[in-house]
Amino acid sequence: MTVFGVRLPGMSSLILWGLLWELVGRSGFSFFVPPLSEVVTTLFAVIGTPAFLNALGQTAYAFFMGVLAAIVIGIPVGIMMGKNRLLDELLLPWVNIFLSAPLTALVPVLMVLFGFGMRAIIITTTLFAIWIIILNARAGVMQINRSLIDMARSFGATPLDAFFKVYCWAALPEILGGVRIGIIRAVKGVIIGQLLISIVGFGALFELYSNNFMMGHFWAVLIVLFAMAFTISELLAHLERRVSYYAAKR
Amino acid sequence: MAMPQTDENVVQAFEAKPENAVSARNITKTYDKVEALRDLSLDFPKGQLTSLLGPSGCGKTTLLKIIAGLLEPTSGEVEVNGHKVTGPGPDRAFVFQDFALLPWASVLRNVAFGLELRRVAKSEREGIAEKYIRDVGLSGFEKNFPHELSGGMRQRVGLARALAVDSDVLLMDEPFSAVDEQTRRKFQEDLLGLIQHENKTFIFVTHSIEEAVYVSDQVAILLPRPSRVSEIIRPSSFRNKGVSNIRRDPEYLDIVDRIWASLRSYVE
Repeated sequence: MTVFGVRLPGMSSLILWGLLWELVGRSGFSFFVPPLSEVVTTLFAVIGTPAFLNALGQTAYAFFMGVLAAIVIGIPVGIMMGKNRLLDELLLPWVNIFLSAPLTALVPVLMVLFGFGMRAIIITTTLFAIWIIILNARAGVMQINRSLIDMARSFGATPLDAFFKVYCWAALPEILGGVRIGIIRAVKGVIIGQLLISIVGFGALFELYSNNFMMGHFWAVLIVLFAMAFTISELLAHLERRVSYYAAKR
Repeated sequence: MAMPQTDENVVQAFEAKPENAVSARNITKTYDKVEALRDLSLDFPKGQLTSLLGPSGCGKTTLLKIIAGLLEPTSGEVEVNGHKVTGPGPDRAFVFQDFALLPWASVLRNVAFGLELRRVAKSEREGIAEKYIRDVGLSGFEKNFPHELSGGMRQRVGLARALAVDSDVLLMDEPFSAVDEQTRRKFQEDLLGLIQHENKTFIFVTHSIEEAVYVSDQVAILLPRPSRVSEIIRPSSFRNKGVSNIRRDPEYLDIVDRIWASLRSYVE
């Protein structure tokens, strides 16, 4: 964007919103909105503390395990659904139901099934992320150019060759898109898991800060969390752009 | 590549028939209730180019895919070098109308892809691929990706890939229909050279009458609904007159006219 002939770097609008936040905070409009400057100061004070690092470690662990499971299970299942009509008929209704279902309501069931520990949190994270990954991988495979499949067959590709050398790559732009959205949903999943199942990680910090009305701390942790989710999502968007050159030409 | 002489070939020679690389016998193909091909029989002489010509919807691509083993006929069978076709095989290579290149792979890997699937070692298959990339005139583009090439160059990659696996039979599905007119003419001339130098059998699907007559040793005219071979034309006199003289040869012009006369009533 250009203002008065000066090119502004991306996301300059955040400065404006930050200023607004600062003003609202200083006006004493609400106890729940401390000035941004105070939040940032708190943020730097909090970041090095053992409590924060511990929460970060636990959250990161649950998040990465959950996302990993969603990717490792989701992509092959999606590809298989795209290739196999029968499997698609069997699974698609479930995938669609879970994609739009209020998964938070399922968390108590997961607690009964998997206990109150890390395992249930990881599974919650996976459940938030996996459905969109499956759907996108499926969509990616279904739009593969028919003649690319004929080509692989006519040159003698085994089913395994076709899977790893053609299907995976041809569906890659959609798969990455699915993983990106899945990861954003996983952030939601891991926090909900930590709040509802067992009070650990960032969930515990949120609980602690909001119960004790430490709003500066509360917002600081939230900003860290948003920034992390945003960074991961941008990283994947960057990867997506790198393969998009062939997305239109398969 | 010369095939070893077998007893069977000797017998055929005595009967003074041209040796057939591919024969389709009584092929019928039905999609649901629509009959695409009915009881179609056609022989493809070894080392020659046979084109399948007909109006759209006459099942010529269906026949080609049955020969390739990509489709199964409802009844009837195809033999390639005396062996019944049950699926795709190394004795046939396919050139696709829309090129069917891997967009994420370089020209080199695309050309070597058929060999890669046959588990040929990397250095060996890349050596072979480089030779065919040179042969089709794409030297210097080995590292480029398909989206960086023009349509004509992409089809050269498709052709090099099919040549690299060194099959006896080359199946070409309207290979030049997606490239511009001038490129197509150059392709047609190059194809004549290819037929002379590579001892391969070509089966060529096209909807262009001029193209079929120009490149073929034998033109099979297919008529639609359900499709059958209505006529086989073998041009005799202009084949060896040189690429630039064919288009004004009286026999060439006569055949083009004759085919148009028999096809025009099928064109809406």
